[in-house]
Amino acid sequence: MALKMDNINFSYPGQPVLHQVSCGFNTGQIHVILGPNGSGKTTLIDLMAGLSSPGQGQVRLNHTPLSTLSRTHLARKIALVSQNYNIRFPFSVKDVVLMGRHPYIDRFSSPSARDRAMAEDAMASTGIFHIKHKKVTELSGGEKQRCVFARALCQDTPYILLDEAFSSMDIHHTMHLLRILKQSATHQDKTVIAVLHDINLAATWADTLLLIKSGRVIDQGPPESVFTEENIKQVFNVTPRVAFNEFSNSFQAFFKA
Amino acid sequence: MQINPLKVLRHAKTLVLVFSVFLGVSILFSLSKGYVDIPLKEILAILTQGHQVSHPESELFKTIIFDVRLPRILTCAFVGAALSVSGVLFQGILLNPLADPYTLGVSAGAAFGASIAILLNLSSNPVSIPAFAFAGACATLFFVIFLSYSAKLPARGLSSNNLILSGIIVAAILSAGISFLKFIANEQVSVIIFWLMGSFSSKTWANVWLVAIFLMVGYLISIFFARDLNLITLGEKSAASLGVNLKHVTVILLITGSLLAAICVSISGVIGFVGLLVPHMVRMLTGPDNRALLPMSMLTGAILLLWADTVTRAYLPHEIPIGILTALIGGPIFCWIFKRSRMT
Repeated sequence: MALKMDNINFSYPGQPVLHQVSCGFNTGQIHVILGPNGSGKTTLIDLMAGLSSPGQGQVRLNHTPLSTLSRTHLARKIALVSQNYNIRFPFSVKDVVLMGRHPYIDRFSSPSARDRAMAEDAMASTGIFHIKHKKVTELSGGEKQRCVFARALCQDTPYILLDEAFSSMDIHHTMHLLRILKQSATHQDKTVIAVLHDINLAATWADTLLLIKSGRVIDQGPPESVFTEENIKQVFNVTPRVAFNEFSNSFQAFFKA
Repeated sequence: MQINPLKVLRHAKTLVLVFSVFLGVSILFSLSKGYVDIPLKEILAILTQGHQVSHPESELFKTIIFDVRLPRILTCAFVGAALSVSGVLFQGILLNPLADPYTLGVSAGAAFGASIAILLNLSSNPVSIPAFAFAGACATLFFVIFLSYSAKLPARGLSSNNLILSGIIVAAILSAGISFLKFIANEQVSVIIFWLMGSFSSKTWANVWLVAIFLMVGYLISIFFARDLNLITLGEKSAASLGVNLKHVTVILLITGSLLAAICVSISGVIGFVGLLVPHMVRMLTGPDNRALLPMSMLTGAILLLWADTVTRAYLPHEIPIGILTALIGGPIFCWIFKRSRMT
C-alpha cells in the first residue's frame, strides 16, 4: 500500500467529520471516492494532501507519516486539483500551468527550459495549448478546470488527488482527462485518487472504489465487489438497478424516474 | 499579446528603469517649485557640491532645499511607495482586487490613537502623535487578526472574507470612537480633523528615515515572498499543495503590509486611494505577477503622490490637505478603471 490511512479521526470544533477511517491506495491505479454531500470526502482529500492533520491516527506515504514531510517535499510527491478552480487575478493560462513547477524552482531563479517544456506538454495534452496566452479570468468554467488540471500534471508528482476536478467539464473533456490519468497510472505507475459525483463514470474508470457515508468507510475494493445495489442504496439512499454493461465493460447503475 | 516570461521580465526591468529615472526627474522638478522658485541649475549645483556654496542667495536656497523641501518630498515619495506596496500585498493575500492598506482597519486604529494623543494635549511633543497612531494601528491589526482566526480552516486559519469583515466591523467601531473623541474635544477638534485629512507639511529628516527604513525592510520581505504571493492568488489549497507555507507567508505578509500602512498613517495622516489605485493601474501595465507588480507599484506610488503633493504645495492658491486631493483625483480614476474592467 503506497498511501495508507490508519484509524483516522477528524473533527472541526464541535463537529466530528471522520470516524475510524482506515483505507489504502496502491500505486499505478485509479481510486475513486464516492459518497453523498457532506460525507467527508473533501476532508479526506485534504488529509491525504497534508493540508490538515488528523486528530487521531496517521496518514502514511510509503510508510513515512505525512506530518514528518516538509511542504516542498510534499509538493513534489502529491498534486491536488481542488474543488475551487476560480482564479481572481488575470494570469495567463501558461503562467498558471507553469506554477505547477514551483516546488522545483529555487526562490529567485526562473523556470528552466525543461520546466517550460513540461508546461507546454501539459497544456497540449489537456487541449488548452491554443488558449495559452488567454487570461484565466476570461475562461469558461470547464476551461479553467482544464487549466488547473494541467497545472497538476505539470507538477509531475507520483500522487494526483482530484476533488471533483471534472465538475464543470463536458463529457468529451472528462473522458479525455480520465484517459490521460489511466495512462499515467498504467505506464508511469502514478497513483490517482479522485472524488467523483458520477457513480457510473467511477464504475467505468476506477480500479478501486471507496464508499463513505457520514465520515465512515462503508466498503473499499474493486468495482465488481463494491458497486452493488445494496451498497449504493445504503450510501446514497436511492434504489438502483445494477447490471453489467458490455459497451462500457463495467457495472452500471440505472435509476427510475 | 506575447506573455513569454523572459520577455515580461526584461520588459519589467526596462519599465523599472524608465520609472526610476522619471521619479528622479520628478524629485528635482518638485525641489525647484514652491513659494520660491529655485532654478534647476542651482539645485544641481547645491546637491552635487553640497557645502562649498558661497553667495548668500545660494545659502538661502540650500536651507530651503535641505531643511524644508527635500524632507517633505522624500517623505511623500516614500509614503506613496509604502502605501502602494502595502496595497499590492493586501490585494494578493485577501484574494480581493478591491482590498487596500486600510482594509484591516489600520487607518481607523491610527486615527483613534492620534485623536487620543491630541485630546490629551500631547501634541507639543512631535513624537507623541505618530507614536500613539502607530500603537493604535498595531492594536487594531492584531485585534482584527484575532477576530478572524478560525480553527476550521486547515491551511492557514485566516480567510479573506473573515479578515475583510472583521476589518470593517472594527473600523466602524473605531470611527464611532473617533466621533466621540471629536465631540468631547472642544477646541482641539480642528487639530484632529486636520490630522485626519493628511499632510506632508513640516516633515523632518527623522520622518524620512523612519519611513525609509520601514519601506526598505517591508519591500525586501515582500519581494522575498513575491512568488508565494502569486501562488496564494490561486486559492489557499492550491498554494499549499504547491509547497507554500500558507500560515507563515500569510501572517508575515499581512503584518508587513499593515506595518507599512501604519507607519504611513502615523507620519502623514490618512491618505486614501493610493494603495487601492496604484496596484490596479500598474497591473494594467505589468500583469498580475507580483515580482514585477511590487517594484513597479512602489515607483508609481512614489511618483503619483509626489506630483499630488507638489501640485497642492506649489500650484494651488491654498494648500489642500493631501488626503482630500488623492481622494478627489483617485476616486474618479478608480471609477473609470472599474467601469472599464466591467465592460470588457
